[in-house]
Formats: sequence, structure tokens, C-alpha cells
Amino acid sequence: MDGLTGLAYLVAAICFIMALRGLSHPETARSGLMFGMGGMALAIVTTLFSPVIGSYLPIIAGIAIGGGIGALIAKRIEMTALPQLMAAFHSLVGLAAVFVAGSAFYDPEAFALGLPGQIKTASLIEMGLGAAIGAITFTGSIIAWGKLQGTISGKPIKFPSQNQINLLLGILVFALIFLFTVTQSPLVFWGIVGVALLLGILLIIPIGGADMPVIVSMLNSYSGWAAAGIGFTLHNPLLIITGALVGASGAILSYIMCKGMNRSFLSVILGGFGAESASGAAEDMGDRIAKIGAAEDAAYIMKNASKVIIVPGYGMAVAQAQHALREMADILKHNGVDVKYAIHPVAGRMPGHMNVLLAEANVPYDEVFEQEDINRDFAQADVAYVIGANDITNPAAKKDASSPIYGMPILDVENAKTVLFVKRSMGSGYAGIDNPLFYQDNTMMLLGDAKKMTEEIIKAME
Amino acid sequence: MTTAAQSVTDQAASLSDRAYGLADEIAHLTEKVARLTAENEALLSGGGHSGFLIIGFTIFILACFVGYYVVWRVTPALHSPLMGVTNAISSVIIVGAVVAAGAATTGFSGIMGFLAVMLASINIFGGFIITNRMLSMFKKKK
Repeated sequence: MDGLTGLAYLVAAICFIMALRGLSHPETARSGLMFGMGGMALAIVTTLFSPVIGSYLPIIAGIAIGGGIGALIAKRIEMTALPQLMAAFHSLVGLAAVFVAGSAFYDPEAFALGLPGQIKTASLIEMGLGAAIGAITFTGSIIAWGKLQGTISGKPIKFPSQNQINLLLGILVFALIFLFTVTQSPLVFWGIVGVALLLGILLIIPIGGADMPVIVSMLNSYSGWAAAGIGFTLHNPLLIITGALVGASGAILSYIMCKGMNRSFLSVILGGFGAESASGAAEDMGDRIAKIGAAEDAAYIMKNASKVIIVPGYGMAVAQAQHALREMADILKHNGVDVKYAIHPVAGRMPGHMNVLLAEANVPYDEVFEQEDINRDFAQADVAYVIGANDITNPAAKKDASSPIYGMPILDVENAKTVLFVKRSMGSGYAGIDNPLFYQDNTMMLLGDAKKMTEEIIKAME
Repeated sequence: MTTAAQSVTDQAASLSDRAYGLADEIAHLTEKVARLTAENEALLSGGGHSGFLIIGFTIFILACFVGYYVVWRVTPALHSPLMGVTNAISSVIIVGAVVAAGAATTGFSGIMGFLAVMLASINIFGGFIITNRMLSMFKKKK
């Protein structure tokens, strides 16, 4: 790499850092995004001037076809399907990493890595690792995509000695990489890829739907590590820097998601959550009766309130109730009611998902608050309007040490004067746990579809 | 007679001058060749490579730290756009794919390069556009 190319790559790397930096506030985020796009354009154009490049046709064709597909998907996708889209995108990074490692192996001269059959040991290790991480990211993300999309059951798939088999396959990958450095055989290279592809599937199938926010973040992280691995293979500092940034970002998001569910990262990886937890507190609740109200009651209570906090969950997004919800909030605000939104870290199916869904419904971002900023406010609130959420409000997480979600940080909805709970039926939530909040004296259950119920409340208010 | 002798000596002198120049150039070239072979050997024997491994690792660790501090400052409300951006920029592996697709000395490597360019492009365009869509929805209270 000559000096000018290196310099251009450095500028591109700084642009990427600026892009992430911009996301510290909604107002600077879009200019940050411009930096990101500029950095990417610079990196690609610089590479096009590289002397090894002889024909431009396959490059331009690839960018045109891929760019067209990407643009089309990104413009059409529904915001509720964002987690699936991200999982699908991660899988593509993984597959691209496998292909780049493969072409570096078949044509090492183009990357100045030596002659075929005489590649240096260190490069071979990096190639093997890059391909392996890429392959795991690829199949793992496809499984995650299937679970989020509903093509594959969200229930954890378990079989005997699963973790031992995974461990064995992991060791096998390393053994094959060692064999690869000795033999430099294409067969071994594809062996590494094959085993890693299998490992990617097996790592994600035991993980339950409730843990998907962690998994999407984790695969985000993997795609970064795969890029960094390719950076080592190709001796390219830009790839290493970018890969490290993305890897760190995904790791932090995974950590935040784990903390939001009070789960250790290891227990998420080992999987099985959401399968065996349906029992527990359910029996001793049996004789208690929940108070069931109508839309008119809810409308009356909220109109006479001075402070309402709305707690949306993924169920709200599934019912497409966000627009009706914003309309209801507008009426309340018009009547002088103070309206705020409280977002739990794992309210959606990926980090920050609920914020995007509310923003899409034109809810101003300065009315939306994170858990730690609003949790105290529930004690002064007249009404907590819980819509499409359940487990993230469950007081059992604080009081009942036998509950599977014990220790999970929850929104203190129970402290509000009145809790209005919109729910399709009295059934338990995503994690399969009964919620004692339903039977509290100050709780009124509003049974029905989230969107229809909210629309009925709007009608009753007018 | 004297003029002829004069021109012969003149020619001889200029010839010897040019010979000197050539010798100089040869010396220069040999030096250059020696330096290049040494560099090549260092690269091939792995000396140059282990040099990159250390530099690469240094860059990697420092970038991890930068990523750590920058990402913790991202507001939780924008975690989805963050994922969109990181998804787009991780596809910077397109620079490796471009070299493979454009060099195309062997067919198979070129095909894989082309596919990688295409996949990475889906991500780059898709990632940036979806992030832009998300960010354009975040509005302040009127």
C-alpha cells in the first residue's frame, strides 16, 4: 500500500468514527451519517485506483446490482421488521467475508500475500479465522432472521449434549485451521468453512425468541470481528479499525440488552430461555380476580388525569397501534394532560427499536424517556397506560425470587395511581410468566387488540 | 592531420565519459536491486509480516478502545440507527472484494470477488439508506 492510499484509508476511518460520534444526539446524527457515507465512498474510490485492478466491469456491475437491491429493500421495509432486516444484513457481511478470504487464498498475488501454495503461515491463520468467523456470522444470522421473521419457531431447539457438540465443533475449526497452514489445501479451506457454517446454525437454534435482542446485537458484533479478521489477512488497517469499531459497538449493545433482562451473556449463549418457565407463580394467582374495564372508563380516567405515562411494548408494534397511540396522546395534551413515554431497554426486538417505532408515528423524541430517567416519575403519575408490554412491568421481577425473571430491571408501573393495561387476553407474556400486576387493586385490564382499544378510547374522549 | 587526431581524441574522451556514466548507473541499479531483494526476502521469510501483525494488533486494540468510548456516548434512543450504521460500515470489506473482482487473474477468485462486491454493496446501500430513514423520523417537539 502506497502512502497516498494509506492516508486516504486513514481519513475514511476517521469519517467512520465521526459517524458513530454523531449518534450521541438526534440533532447531530444525520451529519454524522454524511461522514459515514463520505468515508465509504473515499475508501471504495481509493481502492479503484489500486494498480492491481485491471478490469472495472465486474466491480461496477457488482456495486450496481448490490446497491440497487440494498436500496430497494431499505426503502420498502416496514419499521416493525427492522430486527429481521438487520439479521439479514449481518448474514451478508459474514458471507462476503468468506468470499474475500476465499479469493485471497485462490489469488494471493493480487493481495501481495505470495504465490499460490506458498502463502505465509500467519496469513493462512488469518485467512482461516476470517473465513470461520464470517461463516458463523452467516448461518447464525440466517437462523436469527428465521426466528424473528417467524419462518423458524421462536422456541429454543434443544437436543442432548448440545453444548458439548458445539465445543467439539469449535475445536475442530481450530484443528482444521492448523491443518490448513500445513497443507494449504483448498479442500481444508472449505472444510473450515463447512464446519463453521454448521456451528453458526447450532449456536443460534437453542436460543429463545425472548433473547433475540441480545442475539441481533451479538451478530452485529460478529460481523465486525469478521471484517477485522479480513483486515489482518489483507494487511489493511482500515478494515481492522472499522471491524474493531463495529465489534465493540455490537458487544456494548449485547451487554446493555443482557443487563436489561438481568441475564448473563453466557446463559443467553447456552440458550433455552422461555421453554421451561411457564409454571411458577401461576397457581397461587388462580383465585384472584382482575378488574376488567371498558374503553369509556379508560377515557374518563385519563381525561381527568394530570400526568399520564405511556408504556409501549412490542405488542403495540405488532398491532400497528403507534399512530392511534400518538393521536390519543395528542388529545390528552390538548386537554392539558402531561404525557410521557417510558421505554424499557428491551421493549422492542432490537436495541432502540421502540424509539424508532414511536418516532415513525411522529412522537417527538423529547417526550420519550429511558427507564432510568423516568422510573421515579411513576409514583407521581395518575395513569400508567401499558400497551403491548407485559414482562417489563412485572413486579415479580423485584419481589418473587422464584420467578424466572427475578432481578430483571422493570418499569415501576405499579406505583402509578391507576394502571391501565391493554392486552389481548389474560394470558401470560412472551417469557410465559404470570403478572401479579393484573390483580392489583389499582389496575384495570382493557382486554382487546391494542390498536382497536386505543381507537375506541379516542372515540370515547371526543 | 592534426584536426583529425584532435577529433579522434575528442571522441575517445566523450566515450570514456559515457562509459563512466554507464558504470555509475549500473552501480546505482545494482544497489536498488539489492535493496529490493532484501525487502522481498524480508517479506517472504515472514519478517515483514510479523512486523505487520504487531502493527495490525496495535491498531486493532486502539480502535477497540475508540469504539468503546464512542459507542457508550451514543444515546439509547438511537441504538437502532447505530446498528444500521455499523452494519453499513462493516461492509468496508468491499475494498478487499474490489481487488479480488478487478484483478481476476484466476477465474474462481474473480467470481468470489464479484459476489463479495455485490453482497457488501447490498449492505452499504441498504444500511445507509435505512439509517437515514430512521434518523429522518426523529423530530423534536413543535
